[in-house]
Order: sequence, then C-alpha cells, then structure tokens
Amino acid sequence: MSEEVAAEGHGPRTEPSDGSEADLVSGADEPLLSVENLTTQFDTGEGVVRAVDGVTFEIREGEILGLVGESGCGKSVTSRSLMSLVPSPGSIVDGRVEFQGEDLLERSEEELRQVRGQDISMIFQEPMSALNPVFDVGWQIGEPLRVHENLSTAASRTRAVELMQRVGIPSAEDRVDAYPHQFSGGMRQRAMIAMALACEPDLLIADEPTTSLDVTIEAQILEIIEELNERQNMAVFLITHDLGVVAEVCDRVAVMYAGRIVEYGDVVDVFTDPRHPYTKGLLDCVPDPRRQQESFDPIEGQVPDLVSPPAGCNFAPRCPFASRDCERTDPSLREVDDDHYSACIWEDPS
Amino acid sequence: MSTEPLLRLEGVTKHFLQNDDLLSRLRPDREVTTVRAVDGVDLSVEEGTTLGLVGESGCGKSTLAETVLQLLEATEGAVYYRGEDLTEYTDAQRRAFRSEAQMIFQDPFSSLNPRYTVERTLVEPMAVHGIGDSRADRADRAAELVERVGLGAEHLDRHPHEFSGGQRQRVAIARALAVEPNLVVADEPVSALDVSVQAQILNLLRELRAEMDLTILFISHDLSVVRQICDEVAVMYLGQVVERATTEAVFEDPQHPYTEVLVSSIPTPDPTDDREKITLTGDVPTPIDPPSGCRFHTRCPAVIAPDDWDHGQDVWRRALRFKELVADGDVRPAAMREQLAAGGGSPDDDDVAEALLEEHVVEGGLTDSDTVSVPGPVREVLLEALSMLVDGDRAAAQDRLDEAFSSVCESQIPAHYEVGDGHTAVCHLLDDDHAGDWDSPLASVDR
Repeated sequence: MSEEVAAEGHGPRTEPSDGSEADLVSGADEPLLSVENLTTQFDTGEGVVRAVDGVTFEIREGEILGLVGESGCGKSVTSRSLMSLVPSPGSIVDGRVEFQGEDLLERSEEELRQVRGQDISMIFQEPMSALNPVFDVGWQIGEPLRVHENLSTAASRTRAVELMQRVGIPSAEDRVDAYPHQFSGGMRQRAMIAMALACEPDLLIADEPTTSLDVTIEAQILEIIEELNERQNMAVFLITHDLGVVAEVCDRVAVMYAGRIVEYGDVVDVFTDPRHPYTKGLLDCVPDPRRQQESFDPIEGQVPDLVSPPAGCNFAPRCPFASRDCERTDPSLREVDDDHYSACIWEDPS
Repeated sequence: MSTEPLLRLEGVTKHFLQNDDLLSRLRPDREVTTVRAVDGVDLSVEEGTTLGLVGESGCGKSTLAETVLQLLEATEGAVYYRGEDLTEYTDAQRRAFRSEAQMIFQDPFSSLNPRYTVERTLVEPMAVHGIGDSRADRADRAAELVERVGLGAEHLDRHPHEFSGGQRQRVAIARALAVEPNLVVADEPVSALDVSVQAQILNLLRELRAEMDLTILFISHDLSVVRQICDEVAVMYLGQVVERATTEAVFEDPQHPYTEVLVSSIPTPDPTDDREKITLTGDVPTPIDPPSGCRFHTRCPAVIAPDDWDHGQDVWRRALRFKELVADGDVRPAAMREQLAAGGGSPDDDDVAEALLEEHVVEGGLTDSDTVSVPGPVREVLLEALSMLVDGDRAAAQDRLDEAFSSVCESQIPAHYEVGDGHTAVCHLLDDDHAGDWDSPLASVDR
C-alpha cells in the first residue's frame, strides 16, 4: 500500500483503516455467500492472464446482487469460480468462497456436486446450448430432483409440470414432453429457470440470462426472477453487461473492470452518485431512451491486455482523472460512503 | 408529395418458401409453406435523414433491408431509388447502384475478409466501382478514410484479427463509405459492441452523417440507440409496419399499443425511475401463419371488447387468449387428466375442465395479482366449451368460444390512420368508433 497522499483539489486520499479489504466489505450480518480475494488465472500461450484478480464481495440472504462490466472484464469467470466450474486452462489460485459459513473451494468434486443444483443453481446466457437436445424438457427439469431428492421418474415429472407452471410456461402438462428445439428462446430460458428452481436453492447465479432475448421477453424473464426472489427469499447473483437491467432488478451492484471490482454498493447510491471514474464513464455512455443526447462521452481507449496489466490502477490509462499517483498506486476497495465502496485513490473525482 | 424521396417502398413483400426442394416436391405429403417475412411495407426515406427500423427479432427488419438493397428479390412490390424502380434493374444497373447504397453489418467479426489487409478491404470496392484514377490515388483515399473513421495510417496493413470489435466496426464503416454512397443501410451496427465502444461508434456515425450528408436506414432492436441517432422511426411487427413517426413522437406519444409496450420495456440505467411497464404475454407468433385481423391481437394489451362487454379488460383478454390456445391445440385435456391422476385419485370430466380453466384462465401468470376472478356468465361459457373439448369435440368448443368472444381486432384488418403530421399507425383503437376503449397504463405518466 502506498503512503503517497494526493492533493490537487481532489479529496485527499485517506488511508484505509487497518485490516484487509475483506474485513472492510463484510457487513454486520453473516452473509449467505462471501467471496474473499478470489483469484482465477488462465495459463495461455502468451502468458498468465489474471481474469479475476483478488475479488471480494458478499451476497446477503434474499438480495439481488448485480455484477456488471464490459466483455472480457472477468464477470463470467467470477461466476463460474464460485461453483468451481472454471474451464481449462483456468484455475483458482487464491481466495475463499464461503457459502453458509463453509469454504466451497475446499470441497471435493463429490461434495460440490451436492451443492450444485441443490443449494446454488445456475442459469446461462444461451439456453439452447445449456439444455440437452436429446432429452425432453420434463426429464431435464426433473433431473435435479432425481439426483438430490431421490424422486422417482414419475414424481419428478409431476414436479416438473408444477415448476413449469411456476415460471409461466403455458400448457405445462403438455409441454413437459416437448424437446428444447420446440421451445422459443424465452421459453427455453423459462425452462432453465424451472430447472434451477427445482430444489429450491438459496442462491441463483444468473449469467446474462436475458442477453439473447428481445426486450419484451427480457421483461418477462426479469419479472420471473424478481418474483421468485421475493416469494422464495432466494438470493440472486445476476451477471450482466446491461446497466439498465441492473438498475431495474438489483438491490446492490458490483462494477467490474479488468478483473477487479472497482465499485460496490447499493444500486441507487452507485448509479446516482458513482465514485469510480469507470462507473461514471460507463453510466455516461449508456444511451438514455427517455431523451435524445447531444453527444456521448465514450470512455477512450481499450480494455488493457491482462497478460501485462498496467502498473498501478488498471483503469489509469483510460481515466480522465488519472494523475501520476495512479500509475504507481494500485488502489483497493475502500468505503467512500455508507455501504458504498470504490477502488480509486480519489474519494470523489469530479 | 411534391418531391420524390431518396428511397420509397411500395407494398414490398418478401415471402420465403419452406420445403421447396426437389425431394419435398416429389413427396405429396409434404407441404410447401410460405414464411411471410415482409408483407406489404410502404415506407419512404427523405434524402439526408435517418430512418430507424425497430421490432423484435424475426419481425422482418433485416429481410426488408436486404430487399431494399436488392440482395434479396422482392416477391411483390417496388423499391424506388430517386424515382427509379430498383426491382426492374438489369444486373449491370444493379451493380452500378451498389456504389450508391452500401451496407454495414452487425458482426464485424464475420463481415470482414480475414485474409485482406485494411487497405485491400478499402481499395477493392473503389477499384470495382471505378473510384480513383490510379492505384496510388485509391491508396491515398484509403488512408484518408481510415483517419476519418478514427483509425491511424499504421492500421492500413493490418488484418482484421489484429483489431478489437470496435475497431473492426470502424473498418466496416470505412469500407461502406469507400464507394462514396448516398444511402447506407446499417443492420444492428452497434449491437455486438460494449456500451463504451457503442458510444464511440454512435458518435462516429453522427459525425460522418453530417459530414457526408448520408441517408441512413438504421436497423436495431435497441430503442435507446434508435432514439439517439434516428430522425424518424418505423416500428415493425410480423412483417408489417405498425407505426411510423418522428423519433420524438414515437417515444413521447406512441399510438400503437405495440409501440407503447416496446418503449415501456426498455430498461433504463436509472434505479429511481419508476415508469409503468407493460409486460407482454407470450412470444411472437410465427410468420408462417400470422394471426387474422390485426397481427398483434394475440398479444395486445388493448384488444377491443364488444360494446356489450362489461366484465373488464382483464377477463376479456384472458378469454381471448384461451380461445387462441384452444384454436392452437394447446389445451390438452388428456395431459391434464394424466397430471391430475398422478397426484392421486381418479378425476372425472368436470375436474379436468375445472383444472384447465384454473390454469389457463384464472391463474394465467406468476403472481397472485395475476389471478383474475372470472364472473359467472363468462365462467359458464368457458366451462361449456371445455366440456366439449374434454369430450373430444374441439371444433364445437371453438365455435362456442367464437360465438361468445369475438373482437374486431381479430376479424378485421385495421386501416392506416394518419394521427399527425407524418405520423401513421395501424390500429383499430384509432378508429372513432373505438376511441377511448383503452386506458393505457402509461397514459397518465407524461402525456
């Protein structure tokens, strides 16, 4: 941690209180899932890519946490790391993923299988490739029940129909025999959600669940997710690139850039009073459907190459507020307001 | 109109035939089906303006664009460019037309030749269309172009794989502009890009449009982007244009219920925004056999009820939707009976009918608030139809429902109504007879 203190008109940098970043972020109550210093890297031919670089956040019981960022920022790798589903050549090299007080990264593959689909389930962006084309939908929705709750084939089918009704699939008792290719995109995503819900998980990880869908269908799917969150008190970890979706459904949000969480807090706080220059820039370039903007303020430049990330702050090369300190100091998350964290040397750049 | 617009479409129709290959034709049991991708579109684009074409996937936006550029042959109708009918052009004329009109595609990863350097990508269309006097001149023009789209001369000898998505889209734009076109058709040009890059490309398109006086046909499913870049908007649903107006009017004063739904469903990046939303039920119907009357009536939140209907819009829509489900064969008594039997007991016909009524009409949604109470007389008709269905007589059930619930929206094709200067919409609600039949939940917000 650097001792340098920046002046130049901006709020001076206050040194974080002693203790690690992780202690800082932890709330008072025991969270449902707490992620500490999670680090996942990929050994590629060009070098080691730290796709997730010391990420810390937590998901409280019954809340919807959004993880937002542009492509390649490490969102999906983060979500997969939580379930130890990082594809080769990636591996989790550091950190803890504590779910209901136990570290998931310590568990064996067999133990993890007990968790997946039962306590934590996951839905993906491409429902067509996530569903098996050769089994009918009812069989697939009932599968977690047969695996985790030892239900018979007939009983799992009956439950599958109920689940399909719950996510608003019309004529579920008929469609239970249909195959994925007979479903539309929105209907497939509903089937995925039904499958994820089968064992009434405490946490649903939704990785870009509406990205491939039209706005009208997207609205339907988001409504289902919100509804289930409220009715079953199921926490949701929603990964998306769409700030509009986050604003619509999330309680809290983590903004990710180049493998790091750069801002984290209540959605209203982060969106109305963004403290990290990246969040500000991102919000500025989202087109607002409610008015015609004179021009946009795009963030200049490109996302850094993670094989050789910039020294100091990852965002410094593109940041309009960057100073010399930014090239030397690698800022970590610190509290800038009540339950609002930013990883910038400025408390409030503007 | 006194002056001819740059581009004018008259009844443009594009149908695709399915199963129309030799093998299928030899088999009389396989029918050739017609996909009505674009069905009778009239549009005009004035020189120097940008028209947005919006709608859900599968509504025919891209097919229409390709038909405009003569990449697809129109099944019917005419496309006039500066008053000349493109569909009558000879091959040579059509080739010449390509230097007037160019296209930018959605995916810059697949629309650039991976073996060509940027320079070759830009010079080749110039050479084909005889632009520039010599190789050297064309190379100069290419260098100028890359700078114009925000890249540097050092990029000229690179290949597409060396670029990021945003840079590739810049190359694609430069290629389209290489032949100095008047008309650019941009098919989802920013949809594959991240927001920060998307903003860069939108700025670039705005600058170039002003600089080169381009006319743009901008196709997008993203209404928030359309709002930023278009002068006018045409909203498409199942191959037809349902509303056409200035961008301002489409967003602030939409006349077609479908437009209202689209505008209201755009997520805004403002967590304090509590606009009303209208959520549509169901998916887009297939363009193979589009719904009768108004094509939107199967999903419309504002289907017109008969004058003597006094059970409210909610029940009305449920009844109509149920009728639709029965017609599509989506209400299956046998499956329900099995389902009930699996839960224990031996259900009789009445139980099955009740259960189907409960599922398809009463509940109809996720939340308890989606549950409607069905008034006695309506319930009676529905149960009557259901018992016919349980007896296996679907035709009778359908007749009974048709007799009890029918709407002008499903029986008659709505006319085009002129609601303001250059603002047209195709909806029965705009007819004087039905004005005020629907209180839009959005109406109170900002009208």
